[in-house]
Amino acid sequence: MLEPLVCELSQPDRQGVGYPPSDVPLSELPAGLTRDALPLPELSEVDVVRHFTRLSQLNYSVDTGFYPLGSCTMKYNPKINEEVARLPGFTAIHPLQPIETVQGSLALMYHLQEALKEIGGFAGMTLQPAAGAHGEMTGVLIMRAYQKDRGETQRNKILIPDSAHGTNPASSAMAGLKVVQLPSDERGNVDLDALRAECDDTLVGLMLTNPNTLGLFEEHVLEIAEIVHAAGGLLYGDGANLNALLGIARPGDLGIDVMHFNLHKTFSTPHGGGGPGSGPVGVAEHLVDFLPAPVVDIVEPAEEDIPPLYGFVTPKKSIGRVKAFHGHFSMMVRAYTYILMHGAEGLRRVAEDAVLNANYLMARLKDTYPVPYGRICKHEFVAEGKVEGAPGVRALDIAKRLLDYGFHPPTNYFPLIVHEALMIEPTETESLQTLDAFAEALLQIAEEAREDPDLLHEAPRTTPVGRLDEVKAARELVLKCEVPA
Amino acid sequence: MNIPADLKYTKNDEWVRVEGNIGTIGITDYAQGQLSDVVFVEILVSEGDAVSQGDSCATVESVKAASEVYMPVSGTVTAIHEELADEPEVVNSDPYGEAWMVKVELSDPSELDGLMDAAAYEAYCAERE
Repeated sequence: MLEPLVCELSQPDRQGVGYPPSDVPLSELPAGLTRDALPLPELSEVDVVRHFTRLSQLNYSVDTGFYPLGSCTMKYNPKINEEVARLPGFTAIHPLQPIETVQGSLALMYHLQEALKEIGGFAGMTLQPAAGAHGEMTGVLIMRAYQKDRGETQRNKILIPDSAHGTNPASSAMAGLKVVQLPSDERGNVDLDALRAECDDTLVGLMLTNPNTLGLFEEHVLEIAEIVHAAGGLLYGDGANLNALLGIARPGDLGIDVMHFNLHKTFSTPHGGGGPGSGPVGVAEHLVDFLPAPVVDIVEPAEEDIPPLYGFVTPKKSIGRVKAFHGHFSMMVRAYTYILMHGAEGLRRVAEDAVLNANYLMARLKDTYPVPYGRICKHEFVAEGKVEGAPGVRALDIAKRLLDYGFHPPTNYFPLIVHEALMIEPTETESLQTLDAFAEALLQIAEEAREDPDLLHEAPRTTPVGRLDEVKAARELVLKCEVPA
Repeated sequence: MNIPADLKYTKNDEWVRVEGNIGTIGITDYAQGQLSDVVFVEILVSEGDAVSQGDSCATVESVKAASEVYMPVSGTVTAIHEELADEPEVVNSDPYGEAWMVKVELSDPSELDGLMDAAAYEAYCAERE
């Protein structure tokens, strides 16, 4: 059942709140500033509450079910994060307050920077970027500024493997760089010969996702770093898949010079519509001077009984500000809470369980859904959404049928290097029972595909709306809902 | 799958039809099948542009993915198929005919020798299945 629009529920002259008659003289507004036609819905309080409550119940979320959306790390978001983020000391402040009056919040930002530096193996950190792709662009701007500062102004090329997130080339293009795509080899790694062929004095750097979007650890990461660095380039790390490495390997130790973190993936802050995101960027020693300004630091060291004074500093060759104020502060509170709740051992366990869960699911499914690069995966794996004996069934049909089983589908048709890709990332927060139920559903769907493929073609049947016409939606764009007056 | 014998093909799934000194360019039946329903085509070059082999000349977007179309040959653009923007679905229904994208006057016909013929392209498609 579709919920009507709030405007369609409107009844003339219905009100939620009755105002008392004015007890002060009314003043006349200038005629040019007033209007009669303002089509706001007229509803009572109970109309509004029921409408939005019903809408909220149509949502699928990590609080309602399993959400194996590959490359998105849709882990459960612990409620203690929300409790802490709602403490008045964090909510009742303003970014323009004098620093002496917000020391607790600045201390939190400082210690989050320090924790992320330790986790990632970096020397410097900015918390400003609004989310992942914004972090990418910030990182690429830092790389560009570094090359320019060295006098290497001819460097304008960035290398991006064909398994990369689409945001990588987009962020690089926005930063004014020329994007060159690198092919993958038969094990799903970067093709080293193709890399060597592109390493010349126009190279700004390479953007590497490790593990990559196939969920595979890049086996030549050290060699890649060596080749890129020897050519005068920098190695960017796309931290989207950090959940696989947490507490086990530090990207900075692998030779990555700059990397964004996705607090809304790895560090359990809300993702997607529940955001906003947060995309801190960590850098190696030689890039610290280029970080966006300002950075939180200790501006007066601690003395015996006096705690240090936290404040803002501007790195010497800063690329400038990339976000108003200091980024999405309340996400930093949640992420820092998550880090403290887990501790070092706990974070390592997160990665171990995420990898174990992904490999368990892959093992249960790979005989039914082919996994083209079938080696041990990290936090996710990519299967082909096709079923032997059911030639008319595609990944999209399988994804839609999963909705009838009550599961959010995996990412589909990405990465592009796998046909009919189904990209499955269970995360560490799922129980064995949930994983088994999901695997059983996919195996059952493969049976259905062979015996009654229309069940898949016509799916979903149990959701509030059925199969949407994506082609019509894309070809005939209607971006505004016209409300009848 | 339709692979006309009289065309030349690239590894990125473009085709070129050569008539005299003019090459007509589009994407193949295999490419449209992989993309699924095409919803958007943008030609990135204009008449009179000098283009090199490998330059991007168009963007094709489907409900699944967006993909660049690259010039199989170098030359000077003599015509672009502007109407394709209004009827992107012909990329699916008639990839080798109505869905042509760019015509160029070839500057280096020897580049054609580096492209695949129909038999080689058919084998190339089969190996990716």
